[in-house]
Amino acid sequence: MKTVMALISALFLSGLLWVQAQCAIIDTSSYSLTLREANRNKILLITVGSEPRTLDPQAAQGVTEHHIIMAMIEGLVAPSLRDQSKVVPGMADRWEHNEDSSIWTFHIGEDREWSNGDPVTAHDFVFSYRRMLTASFGAQYAENLFILKGAEDYYKGKTRDFDKVGVKAIDDHNLRIELVGPTPYLLSLVQHDSWLPVNPKAILKFGNIDTRDTKWTHAGNFIANGPFVMKSWRPNDVIQVVRNPRYWDAANVKLNGINFYSIENLNTQDRAFQAGQLHKTDQVSLDKVPYYRRVHPELIRIDPYEGVYFYRLNISRKALDNPKVRLALNLAVDREAIVKNILREDQKPATGFTPPGMGDYEPLKKHSYDPDRARQLLAEAGYPNGKGFPKFTIHFNTLESHRAIAEAIQQMWKEELGIEVTLENQEWKVYLDTQNSMNYDISRSAWIGDFMDPVTFLSMWTTGNGNNNTHWSNPKYDALIDQAARTGDPQARLEVLRQAEDIFLREAPVVIIYWYTNAYLLQPSVQNWYPLVLGNHNYKYIDLKDEFEATK
Amino acid sequence: MIKVIAGRLLQLIPVLWVILTLTFFMTKIVPGGPFSAERQATPEVIAQLNAYYGLDKPVWQQYLGYLSKVVRFDFGPSYTYQSESVNEVIARAFPISLQIGTLAFFIALIIGVTAGVVAAVNKNKLWDYLPMSIAMLGICLPTFVLGPVLALVFGLILKLAPVSGWYGLNYVPLHPMVMPAVTLGLFYAAYIARLTRGGMLDILNQDFIRTARAKGVPEHEIIFRHAMRGGLLPVVAFLGPSFAGLISGSFVVEKVFNVPGLGQEFIKSVFNRDYPLILGTVLFFGALIVIFNLVSDVVQALLDPRSRK
Repeated sequence: MKTVMALISALFLSGLLWVQAQCAIIDTSSYSLTLREANRNKILLITVGSEPRTLDPQAAQGVTEHHIIMAMIEGLVAPSLRDQSKVVPGMADRWEHNEDSSIWTFHIGEDREWSNGDPVTAHDFVFSYRRMLTASFGAQYAENLFILKGAEDYYKGKTRDFDKVGVKAIDDHNLRIELVGPTPYLLSLVQHDSWLPVNPKAILKFGNIDTRDTKWTHAGNFIANGPFVMKSWRPNDVIQVVRNPRYWDAANVKLNGINFYSIENLNTQDRAFQAGQLHKTDQVSLDKVPYYRRVHPELIRIDPYEGVYFYRLNISRKALDNPKVRLALNLAVDREAIVKNILREDQKPATGFTPPGMGDYEPLKKHSYDPDRARQLLAEAGYPNGKGFPKFTIHFNTLESHRAIAEAIQQMWKEELGIEVTLENQEWKVYLDTQNSMNYDISRSAWIGDFMDPVTFLSMWTTGNGNNNTHWSNPKYDALIDQAARTGDPQARLEVLRQAEDIFLREAPVVIIYWYTNAYLLQPSVQNWYPLVLGNHNYKYIDLKDEFEATK
Repeated sequence: MIKVIAGRLLQLIPVLWVILTLTFFMTKIVPGGPFSAERQATPEVIAQLNAYYGLDKPVWQQYLGYLSKVVRFDFGPSYTYQSESVNEVIARAFPISLQIGTLAFFIALIIGVTAGVVAAVNKNKLWDYLPMSIAMLGICLPTFVLGPVLALVFGLILKLAPVSGWYGLNYVPLHPMVMPAVTLGLFYAAYIARLTRGGMLDILNQDFIRTARAKGVPEHEIIFRHAMRGGLLPVVAFLGPSFAGLISGSFVVEKVFNVPGLGQEFIKSVFNRDYPLILGTVLFFGALIVIFNLVSDVVQALLDPRSRK
């Protein structure tokens, strides 16, 4: 007995000692900053939500990844301070294009360097785009580069010769990009991850051009060309980047570093913010918005965001195959009430599909709340007061706010149109599977734009597009999208896109609901953080003011 | 004894094989794949990725391929952490869960056993009802309530501990492992208290205790020397699996305090259909549970001569 007790005590003690020793190992210095210290040392403490899956721009897919990659990799051009439709020089210090914007030449600045000291050359861009277009690499966004002449053929193996693709290094400093058609929005597009350059040496050190998942993105291996370089990456915890002395515009970088924390849970983000562990959260949970607006309006920011929330309609279902029915479903939704009573984050009731803020493209005002007209349309379609209307299911991924919106719409359709729908939630991947395999009647959906042009919202509705998922197809719509891609004059091009969107809304294969906003908490000490519809902040402009003390 | 232990360890192999096989085929049945996203990649891209990771082969070939890697302790690449292998994910996340779990274990044990003994000795008095009602509360209060409350009180109001992250803060005295460990530990402490009380009451009613009392053995000696040895047996049986559970991490606690442990990898791998990571963590947890069940059996045998064979 005594030996057992001794054994157990010994275990206890050694366990405690070991735990103590572990505590000592953790280096706390550079993470442990009060807000005041962080302000003084100019270290931005920020969370971008969940853990990034990769920091390889050509394998990245999400907004989370992009917001971290942006600190380290700079594209041909970079986001401007206040306006997402304007750009500032990045790796290119100047650029020109032909009359219809189908051939561009970017001049890579002579002083642009990678963090290992190599100059950034036009060849690096060619290498990067070749990697993106190498099918065996499996880049999810490879399609983005198909606007390069010959890119699709190369990707699909119709040619093995990359010289046939419309990207050429004329010399070390001149990059010529030839596109399949006029692309006035190219400058916005080239800021997307899929168009960012990578350092060929960094890639090839760990494998071939098409090797996925190598360690080149880890601290110590990552070769950057942006304002910051990676110092450490602790998965699910924090990624630290520090000032890149070799960055061409280093003199104008204000911060000394950024700590990107991976905090997925919105309540934890909120507590970390209140405890002074963060300058900025990624989002605010819906239920906390009223509190912050009332008590701390100086801490909450609600910015417009380039996204639309809508329901896809499976138009191969009987009744939903009738445009009048689909229009009726749209007109019977009181979007104002949903935004005001359920969401409460200043979202805008959608009147068209493409959200506002797309440069010169005015959003369409097509659908509004008009229950009388909705009833009339439904009667014309053969379902007066919903009589004989099939019972459909609204299908959504499991989330409280999706359910609340679905319940509200269920109620509105019942009251205004007399039709019954049931609700069904599914786990995320199952939901995606159901939607992609067209196993649904009505499916919750959302779309976030990738760049500043309506085409990022409209091209997905062409016949056979992988993201269409409604069975909707309209030859005239397809023709207009195609025509837009061949129209050189920017204004005429937008007009063609407007016509296309008009057809889309008239035929209504979707029920549009609202346009997104992005609500987050921001310490007043953060300077130059302006509302940007894509949320892409050029970190070199961000500054921290010392004299502000955290308010809480 | 050693023969028994060796035998049990050998049983580990068929047990893990069954777990692996069942999990492997279950992951194949579940709808949705690792590369689906709100923004669909083209079918060509998905096909490329499936080919890259060998997911285009027939399922039995995938299974055999996986099996042959597992026997070499290679659990394959993670699809979620694109630059890490499953082995690397477990190697970085497990030590964190292990630290939190170990501390939680001690907290649970010390608080639970003390409360249980106090309650048993003071049967049906205030000092029975008080700790037992707190224990009941502890069992009923889920970690997703207790965690945020503790974070609020000790993190935000008293400023004693960080509310998020695995980096110690110089301006708060407590290490980031303390709050998660307390949250986890209190839950287990409540169970242990109830088990201890039951076990102790059983023993305290037995004849040999009455004999000891009649012989004039001091009360503290009766409790600590005679009663506790038998009274703790049910607790010991509970400790094995619960220690395995504690050190394998808790999704909820890790999310509430944002600590990068293994519990969240396990749950998230399922959400992400990260097949290799699902299998790796399931196997790892399976092995832990079998091993710590064995440990608790051994300790029980040492405490109770009857179960020694």
